[in-house]
Amino acid sequence: MAGDIRFLLNGDEIRLACAGPGDTLLDFLRLERRLRGTKEGCAEGDCGACTVLVGRLLNGTLIYEPINACIRLIASCHGCHVVTVEHLAGRNGRLHPVQQAMVEQHGSQCGFCTPGFVMALYGLWMGNPDPSVLDIETALQGNLCRCTGYEPIVQAALAAARAGGQAQDWLNVERSTVTTHLTALIGHGADVSRGTERAIVPADVDALAEALLAHPKAVIVAGATDVGLWITKHLRDISPGIFIGHLMKDIAVDAEGIRIGAGVTYSEFIPVARRHLPEAEPYLLRIGGWQVRNAGTIGGNIANGSPIGEMPPFLIALGARIVLRKGADRRIIPLEDFFIAYGKQDRQPGEFVETILIPHHEGVRVAAYKVSKRAHADISAVSAGFAVRERDSHIEEARIAFGGMAGTPHRASAAEAALVGQPFARESFEAAAQAVQDDFAPLSDWRGSSDYRRVVAANLFRRFWLEQSGTTEPVRIARAVGA
Amino acid sequence: MKHDAIIPETALGSAHQSIAHDSAIKHVSGRANYTDDITEPTGTLHAALGLSKVAHGRIRSMNLGKVRAAPGVVAVLTSADVPGHNDVSPTGKHDDPIFVEEQVLFHGQPLFAVIAETRLQARKAATLAEVEYEALPHHLDPLAARDAGMDYVTEPLKLRRGTPETAMDAAPHRIAGRFSIGGQDHFYLEGQIALAIPGEDDEMTLFVSTQHPSEVQHMVAHALGTRSNAVVVNVRRMGGGFGGKETQMNLFACVAAIAARKLGRAVKLRPDRDEDMIATGKRHDFVVDYEVGFDEAGHICAVTGDWHARCGFSADLSGPVTDRALFHADNAYFYPHVELRSHPWRTHTVSNTAFRGFGGPQGVIVAERIIEEIAYATGQDTLAVRKANLYRNGQLTPYHQPVEDQILPRIFEELEASADYARRRQAVLDFNAKGGIVRRGIALTPVKFGISFTATHYNQAGALVHVYSDGSIHLNHGGCEMGQGLHTKVAQVVAEAFQVDLDRIKITKTTTEKVPNTSATAASSGTDLNGMAALDACNQIKARLVRFLCESRDATADEITFARNRVMVRGEAIPFEQVIREAYFARVQLSAAGFYATPKIHWNRAEGRGRPFYYFAYGAACAEVSVDTLTGEYTVERVDALHDVGRSLNPAIDKGQVEGAFIQGMGWLTSEELWWDDKGRLRTHAPSTYKIPLASDRPKVFNVNLAEWSVNRERTIKRSKAVGEPPFMLGIAVFEALGMAVASVANYRQAPLLDAPATPERVLMAVERLKRESAA
Repeated sequence: MAGDIRFLLNGDEIRLACAGPGDTLLDFLRLERRLRGTKEGCAEGDCGACTVLVGRLLNGTLIYEPINACIRLIASCHGCHVVTVEHLAGRNGRLHPVQQAMVEQHGSQCGFCTPGFVMALYGLWMGNPDPSVLDIETALQGNLCRCTGYEPIVQAALAAARAGGQAQDWLNVERSTVTTHLTALIGHGADVSRGTERAIVPADVDALAEALLAHPKAVIVAGATDVGLWITKHLRDISPGIFIGHLMKDIAVDAEGIRIGAGVTYSEFIPVARRHLPEAEPYLLRIGGWQVRNAGTIGGNIANGSPIGEMPPFLIALGARIVLRKGADRRIIPLEDFFIAYGKQDRQPGEFVETILIPHHEGVRVAAYKVSKRAHADISAVSAGFAVRERDSHIEEARIAFGGMAGTPHRASAAEAALVGQPFARESFEAAAQAVQDDFAPLSDWRGSSDYRRVVAANLFRRFWLEQSGTTEPVRIARAVGA
Repeated sequence: MKHDAIIPETALGSAHQSIAHDSAIKHVSGRANYTDDITEPTGTLHAALGLSKVAHGRIRSMNLGKVRAAPGVVAVLTSADVPGHNDVSPTGKHDDPIFVEEQVLFHGQPLFAVIAETRLQARKAATLAEVEYEALPHHLDPLAARDAGMDYVTEPLKLRRGTPETAMDAAPHRIAGRFSIGGQDHFYLEGQIALAIPGEDDEMTLFVSTQHPSEVQHMVAHALGTRSNAVVVNVRRMGGGFGGKETQMNLFACVAAIAARKLGRAVKLRPDRDEDMIATGKRHDFVVDYEVGFDEAGHICAVTGDWHARCGFSADLSGPVTDRALFHADNAYFYPHVELRSHPWRTHTVSNTAFRGFGGPQGVIVAERIIEEIAYATGQDTLAVRKANLYRNGQLTPYHQPVEDQILPRIFEELEASADYARRRQAVLDFNAKGGIVRRGIALTPVKFGISFTATHYNQAGALVHVYSDGSIHLNHGGCEMGQGLHTKVAQVVAEAFQVDLDRIKITKTTTEKVPNTSATAASSGTDLNGMAALDACNQIKARLVRFLCESRDATADEITFARNRVMVRGEAIPFEQVIREAYFARVQLSAAGFYATPKIHWNRAEGRGRPFYYFAYGAACAEVSVDTLTGEYTVERVDALHDVGRSLNPAIDKGQVEGAFIQGMGWLTSEELWWDDKGRLRTHAPSTYKIPLASDRPKVFNVNLAEWSVNRERTIKRSKAVGEPPFMLGIAVFEALGMAVASVANYRQAPLLDAPATPERVLMAVERLKRESAA
């Protein structure tokens, strides 16, 4: 039976009977619990000053990940263990190895971003005892520092790794106790209200389907990496809110392809992509920062219907389909048909995205491209997915989709037509680069001018050809991570 | 590096040692209190601002009924509620209202404030205002403002030396060009915030994230219609300032204080990040028209230029900022004949303000553009042209101050060697010659930066040092800690003066109650000024102690020395605390107020002559980049920097300043772009849209060194040099390297002429342009 929101905060169990769907974890920490080590820098999940660790059970295993407390909603902490910077020092009062390294390497100047960095570094230190510089940079994509220039912080991460001590760390020592505790908390969902506001945390997918039938206009909240901003920036009331971030976590690879539950986060998807869809991994590492990838879900990214659509262009190129569920009824549609127009998706009231089906692509040359002002943790100016099937050195099929070029992510049909039937050769891709100009009339905004987007879209055909041509010359710049 | 050596005879943590920031342990454990972390008085209310929705217009009507009726709202304040002056102009021009009275001058200008029981209630209520405007035409950029006949926000400046007209005519070559240079948001991680607590009578106590407590004190008194002696302003630390809290927090402090006065309750105002970025000023953007005359060898004959600045709707600090752009338009190069003119245009944008470098970077980068023009025109390496034009001691700047402390030739020589510049440049040329998609660029650029406030009277400071009878020391001075390590360095000066270990010294919050009439912690001057003032206080107390010991121990002054934690009197070691205790019983005053005023400086603005700077700080950086010519995206492969901080008070902290400034300067010129739409709305107003560098943007190899041999030839504190701003301009090396990579697509026959910031878009469009032009 659904009841209070219950979670662990550092060493205490928290039980909330009265809460609204828009209550953020950060405000709870700072205002209710007066834990003021966690800072608010931007209230939109882009600076990382509010980073805390959230422990949760994933298929029975307790995992801790850094997330942004500013856009983490308190209802989605149900069944989790929230760990803040105040919990980090050892019981003897000594600094944690990560904190000690930050002091010794002069990793703080103004210090405001520091607790957030410490928590991200803590998450890295625990999960990766021997990180490379690239691993560290990847872990810090979600943390902004305006003072140090980052070098001493990267050095601190390396020094903390050398110091070791993971086995003695509280979170490891108490792992089984916390697992038992969380298992007991998560058994049932939660359903709380404050005044007219209501937050529902369904215990399982069937309960979700039922809750949505009862509240067809509810706001569905998964990772809240976008919905969080509706609250903190647009001051919107999202009641009733139905929280699903803990559901639909299944990933299966079968003869048909990869089936991923809509609640799978970017971080959960990355190891699967590494094995079954390696072209996607560098692309995934350019979406958000680590904290955002730990919270944001693939299903949420689709259902949300952003015109940029970080994942949809690539998934459309791959021919992905989605399962939409309402009550016990399900329908399957091609992903590209889901996006009807800007801000309008093919989702009925009471319906939700349940699964994404990505077909295998043996024999298909695929690529995922992202172009943005800043290489990491930036929304694309242009994103693109390419899937080209070659037969007898001719192009048999081309599925090419773009984001950032129109009101919805969608396919470049003129460019595709220019390719199909043509030789798999430079000239064909040059023709497609010309043809794509007829596919889109992009807008100018702060991410890029219309002209820039057009030039880039054309050049991505040239890049694709070069990468597929077997050249040994570098085609892209090789930064730490990313495509 | 010999930084870490601790000499046993010297007090632990005294000057020149690489000790950690005084708050480092508190930073990492979340126990460092920022203004929003201070426990609020019971009944504290929260304020939110209502901002204008047009860039220029008259308010026809403002209906705040729904705002007042919203849940939790206690009061709504407009200009009519300001008891004193509705103005926060730092220059006394009365052009900077707290709340708009009638005419809106930029999108996001504060119209009113809501005071409510919670911050969320205040923010929600603020959205309910019904405001009707009569829209008026708006002019956002400086040239549009000029063309529309807008005025200057402040008096322009002209610097002239020699006869540039004749020299330009006589020069073998001349090139004229235009360079657009973007602004920059400070993006301090801790946003603006003020907490005001009313006291008895007209008293008001504030906790504010500010670089300039005395100005907050003055402004709050002004707005409340009272006097400075009724207002106390405190700041323990800021979560970053960078110039963004030199004048910009006045508004927030005044609103909180007005509300606290009216309601008799404490009031806190912390704007949301978006509102902070929309409603506060930034680095000035400039459009610069320049002309240079030069000879075959690339020697400069004459330079003229017009610096058109986007100042925003009011003067704020645009006068001294645009002045400093001209002061640095020579960077490190001698201009035999020169005329430089500033044009501080009024625009319908937020009023631009101080930002690390204070206009200097926008001068320096134009000097580097001029070098680039000459290098491409004469077919030389830009470094050769740089070296050919470096100042020699005795040569005059455009403001007629001779350069007397030039050390760049040695810095260049050492950096060229350590960065292996010649070999790597050839490797870059060879790599690009293959004609691939990825291109490389390398550049080595210098900085020379003038140290002192150009408003001479700001170059003063005070400090207050108490030695308590237990031998512990309380240190207070007029400077503010914003992360730069000022408090640590000043404490090191005190530790050295008394030869006591640093842990005996308590660093305390900056407060207008202890040191009055302070200058902003700005212009890189914090340590130079406050370190000297603190030393003065220490020396006064030491002199009294010596006098006392001479009498009590029958010694002469030269028989008394301060050693680590003890005082040596004729060979006898007396523990410091014993000396203090004895002195206390002998009724020796153990407290002193110190003071310092920078010597030698003077400036006649009307004539454009004087010695505005006490000395110059120097440095250079070499950057190598890779550019993807299909998308314009790039990465910084390696940076080597060698920077001059004189004799460093704390090499670890100074190195941190150099590294951080470099990355911030690089951000200004790469991914940080301010973008206004045609309605005059700033659309890059949060980290989701405004992109400062990440850890993964820093150079893959980043070698930063201090010029350890450098000693300030002037008598500064321990012969150190200021460090906050000068290394910001080292980031220009990245911009110049990007230019070289771009120029490679036209085989270096044309100057790349990138505008700033060189976003991937600007890089790609420059690549496309050069390809087109070279094909034509």
